[in-house]
Amino acid sequence: MNTLFVIQFILLIAALGACYKPLGDYMGRTFATERDIAPERWLYRWLRVDPRSAQTWQSYARSVLAFSVVGLVLLYLIQRLQAFLPFAGGHKGVEPFLAFNTAASFATNTNWQNYSPEQTLGHSVQMFGLTVQNFVSGATGLAVAIALVRGFAYVKRGTIGNFWVDATRAIFRILLPLAVVSALVLLAGGVIQNLVGHTDVTTIAGGTQSIPGGPVASQEAIKLLGTNGGGFFNANSAHPFENPNAWTNIFEVFLMLLIPFSLPRTFGWMVGNHKQGYTILGVMGTLFAGSLALMSWFEMRGAGAATQLAGTALEGKELAFGVLGSTLFGTASTSTSTGAVNMMHDSMTPQGGLMAMINMMLGEISPGGVGTGLYGLLILAVITVFIAGLLVGRTPEYLGKKIGPLQMKLASLYVLVTPTLVLAGTALSFALPWARESVTGTSILNTGPHGLSEVLYAFTSAANNNGSAFAGLTGNTPWLNASLGVVMILGRFIPIVLALALAGSLSAQTRVPSTSGTLPTTSPLYAGMLMSVAILVSALTYFPALTLGPLAEGMH
Amino acid sequence: MSTSATPSTSESSAATAAAAASATSATSATGASNLFASDTLKTGAKDALRKFDPRVMWKNPVMFVVEIGAVLTTLLAIVELSKGSAQDSGGSPIPLAFSLVISIWLWLTVYFANFSEALAEGRGKAQAQTLRKTRTTTPARLISETRTYTPGLAVPEHLHVTMEASADLRVGDFVEVRAGEIVPGDGEIRWGLASVDESAITGESAPVVREAGTDHSAVTGGTRVLSDRLIVEITAQPGQTFVDKMIKLVEGANRQRTPNEIALSILLASLSLIFVTVVLTINPIASWSGGTVSLAVLVALLVCLIPTTIGALLSAIGIAGMDRLVQHNVLAKSGRAVEAAGDITTIILDKTGTITYGNRRAHEITPMPGVLYDDLARACVASSLADPTPEGKSILDLLPDFQSDVAPRPEWIVPFSAQTRMSGMDYPDGGRLRKGASSSVLAWLGENGWLGSDATRKALTTEVDRIAGLGGTPLVVAEVSATGVARALGTIHLKDIVKEGLRDRFAELRSMGIRTIMVTGDNRLTASAIAREAGVDDYLAEATPEDKFEFIKKEQASGKLVAMTGDGTNDAPALAQADVGVAMNSGTSAAKEAGNMVDLDSDPTKLLDVIRIGKQLLITRGSLTTFSIANDVAKYFAIIPAMFVGVFPGLEALNIMHLHSPASAVLSAVIFNAIIIIALIPVALRGVPYKPRTASKILSHNLLIYGLGGLIAPFLGIKLIDLLISLIPGF
Repeated sequence: MNTLFVIQFILLIAALGACYKPLGDYMGRTFATERDIAPERWLYRWLRVDPRSAQTWQSYARSVLAFSVVGLVLLYLIQRLQAFLPFAGGHKGVEPFLAFNTAASFATNTNWQNYSPEQTLGHSVQMFGLTVQNFVSGATGLAVAIALVRGFAYVKRGTIGNFWVDATRAIFRILLPLAVVSALVLLAGGVIQNLVGHTDVTTIAGGTQSIPGGPVASQEAIKLLGTNGGGFFNANSAHPFENPNAWTNIFEVFLMLLIPFSLPRTFGWMVGNHKQGYTILGVMGTLFAGSLALMSWFEMRGAGAATQLAGTALEGKELAFGVLGSTLFGTASTSTSTGAVNMMHDSMTPQGGLMAMINMMLGEISPGGVGTGLYGLLILAVITVFIAGLLVGRTPEYLGKKIGPLQMKLASLYVLVTPTLVLAGTALSFALPWARESVTGTSILNTGPHGLSEVLYAFTSAANNNGSAFAGLTGNTPWLNASLGVVMILGRFIPIVLALALAGSLSAQTRVPSTSGTLPTTSPLYAGMLMSVAILVSALTYFPALTLGPLAEGMH
Repeated sequence: MSTSATPSTSESSAATAAAAASATSATSATGASNLFASDTLKTGAKDALRKFDPRVMWKNPVMFVVEIGAVLTTLLAIVELSKGSAQDSGGSPIPLAFSLVISIWLWLTVYFANFSEALAEGRGKAQAQTLRKTRTTTPARLISETRTYTPGLAVPEHLHVTMEASADLRVGDFVEVRAGEIVPGDGEIRWGLASVDESAITGESAPVVREAGTDHSAVTGGTRVLSDRLIVEITAQPGQTFVDKMIKLVEGANRQRTPNEIALSILLASLSLIFVTVVLTINPIASWSGGTVSLAVLVALLVCLIPTTIGALLSAIGIAGMDRLVQHNVLAKSGRAVEAAGDITTIILDKTGTITYGNRRAHEITPMPGVLYDDLARACVASSLADPTPEGKSILDLLPDFQSDVAPRPEWIVPFSAQTRMSGMDYPDGGRLRKGASSSVLAWLGENGWLGSDATRKALTTEVDRIAGLGGTPLVVAEVSATGVARALGTIHLKDIVKEGLRDRFAELRSMGIRTIMVTGDNRLTASAIAREAGVDDYLAEATPEDKFEFIKKEQASGKLVAMTGDGTNDAPALAQADVGVAMNSGTSAAKEAGNMVDLDSDPTKLLDVIRIGKQLLITRGSLTTFSIANDVAKYFAIIPAMFVGVFPGLEALNIMHLHSPASAVLSAVIFNAIIIIALIPVALRGVPYKPRTASKILSHNLLIYGLGGLIAPFLGIKLIDLLISLIPGF
């Protein structure tokens, strides 16, 4: 089985490597061209958008927010009014708290699921609500990343592109074509695609079983490509209709990693220096590889009597994928902000679970979600460049753009947002008396540090817009529905606004020519420093909380 | 720099070495040059106490958090001591004295930060003290009736003057200053020429010449006129004179934080904010496991995590950076300019006086065909004996062996005149000798019926062109013998001599990514030859001050930062436009007003030191920031296991330093955190050593020392302190 995995893994790397240049360059051209295709022109006319007009960062940010708020409200309403929609499959309208949580979750590209899909949602909400958000939330992330890169690439412009054009192109020219192809591949691999409701069958043993159907392949493709992660079924990619075998498993991993790992090329293409792209890719790849190796090692080695007897930690894992197929999927999912699962993260060894949390706590940059990973890492790069620039005695500059007080303010605030949300959310769950009652009474399943890990994992996943869950936690309570929903919204849009503000301030700047006195931002040394900053910032922030959770659990 | 400035600039640069030496002695007289002289330390220790005021403190968010922590733990200590028992923390018993000891060390942490700042300020204060002495009110001869003096006209022997206190002078007043008197205020000389002793300001004891209508027409209040008489128009209000500005600068009275310092403060503040969140959320999260942590431990953790090392030393680093400039006799009008100096990508240097010695010097002589070398040499020496110009003297220096051969009489000498552009000798026997510009000498030869052969004419033209092509000035030596035969003897190659060591310094600059541009009024040919020899990256030939200004604007438009030096009034626009404009103290007040730095030694090459100091300032900040953040790793490994080991004994595995007990672990981290501030004060005040290298090399070097060092040092330090504390009973 390990030999099979090695072959699969090599194929995965080869496929990603083969796509890096063509897809990265294609995305760069897509966002740079002045040509519109027919459906786009119709859409612009209908939206009354002048595709050639460039927006300031404020205007860009307003568009992002307006677009997302409308999407969120619509999704909320569709869920609430589900009973009146066709293909509802007999499902009633969704409860307000849960509907809010789900709307926030899908509009923010988190896809945290406090609901059990097959018991809550019909095909109409899945297709017109969730799948649509899977596309548009992914496109929004991509647009913001492109806008930030434009900030570095533009000289004395002050504008950062047009959100409507960026989002439209991201959907029509990138996500949609890729999703169609991927859905076909998944279909061929055995993923189902139909509009059937539940089929009741009598099993060999004589019992009855209700087998759900649905348009799975189409949603599955964008779930992974757009680093969304919201499964059609509760079991997500551990469900045989979503992820039938080891080959679809590796293909799904490929889909998750495809765009995030190609975006550094787009970055290099746009700033006219491919080495810059390789540096970013190197940092993302090294973090990913390191994390994968650690998680796999922890799971293979296993701890505790039961796993020692089995030889490896198999609880909660699908045997068709094996331990490595599971850790690869888990690492890809948690480090791309996808949040899809093909095993129960709750059942991982404490150290394995720790790695899943750390992937998210890094701020989703290894390689991170569609777009979000790139802009997250670029902001860490700004902070790294600032410290490194001081170390070489120059006012720090990145790609010829000076990092002054304004840029530092925005970058620092960006870095501040997610940890604050995670820690404050977790702490409030225990500090507010009624929240504590709900969390400790209803939500937490396990006692001891593992119980804390469940809550910490939930807020980490929500604030970083990952969406994967440490199963065990009952999330469908008013407190967790509301607090996680708010955390997802703040964790998505505050960083976006800060990233766009940074883009605007950079775009207005002139470019400082690079000399031998300029800090090179393509050297392995710099890449190592960027990686250390990423690790150090999250390690220092989360160390105490992790000590009380997975570390306390893992160290007897 | 205008051409009229040339002679005295060269003079001042020649005196540079002496100036540098005397500058050091001038400052050491104030007792400030030794960083840690005992009286400086004492004053600093006292001044540090005043800085505990929270209204002052909150401007430094990091240290303000420490002060709040100190107050909290002090209150806690009082409560615990009065109750006679201390609360458990994270399931571990805590000794009664713990909060008290922690609070003492937190107060010390704040004190050490204040002390470093006071120490940095102390040096400036001592310097300001000496400057203040020059500012004492002096009587001034105010020209009371303007009818007796009209600017521009000849000045009568006796003016109508009234004696006024210097403090009562206004801008636009005219004063007379006589030999031996103190100049009552900053001003522009309107009439006269005098030698002035400026040692009070510059520390330079050699007097300088100040003259109306030149680029050296500015006088500074507090300096002493040694000879002659001056009429000075006052240009600065009392209280806003150069000395007043200097005092404010060195005292750091209106020290504004620079953009870079602000950006760093923002980073430090947000790091502090993250850690405040981390610490505030610990107890709610820990409550699930029933292991809440005591307030004293939480405060200790917070103080250890926030970047106190750099937070404590940040302002001292800035003050010390400005101070280092003052030690180099450069006054920066703002810290911003000092930082900009570190970013300079282009420096503009005048050729004359900066890259080359002010005067051309004889480099070689070439005889014409048929002329013996010795004959030419003797003729060169004879024609130069009476030449008082530096060029003439340099010919004698070149040919020391030929001097005794000739014994001319004064009445034979034909002095150099601007009309003839020649000098020489008329011997009593009718023989005549001339040396001068090639065109003039050729004309003279023609007048005297020169019948030079084609070979000679060709050799002469070739030689003259060759010298010009090398950027030199060709002189021709010719004679008319007693018998009336005219002939050309040979040529002298006068050459701009590039100052020694400059080539290496420019190469150094290049490795730092800085381009050097030479500016000269010479033609392209000459300019390119000197540029090649000096190793500059580019040159601006036949340049006017306007060209310089335009060049700076062009460079800046492409994102470059430009530094230049200047002293003339016509340099003022360019000085103002440049990102770093260093005005020579000997220059006009317009130039001094326009630049953002003034070099008291009037040494144009000082620019290179300014750049180094600017870089060093940033590097020091970056290094200590890196060190400070890297320290956190070890502190976490000390404190976190100590916090929760009572509830989760398994966490003892994280106690990789094997610290004695939870209380001792926390206390060791706090003590290390405080002591490291004191240990790094010398680095903060002296600056991190800086060698010009490429950015990559500097980065790897500093990362190794301050990054890796910052990671390892606290592990050793904390362990060591813990070993000592473990000896205290109860801990």
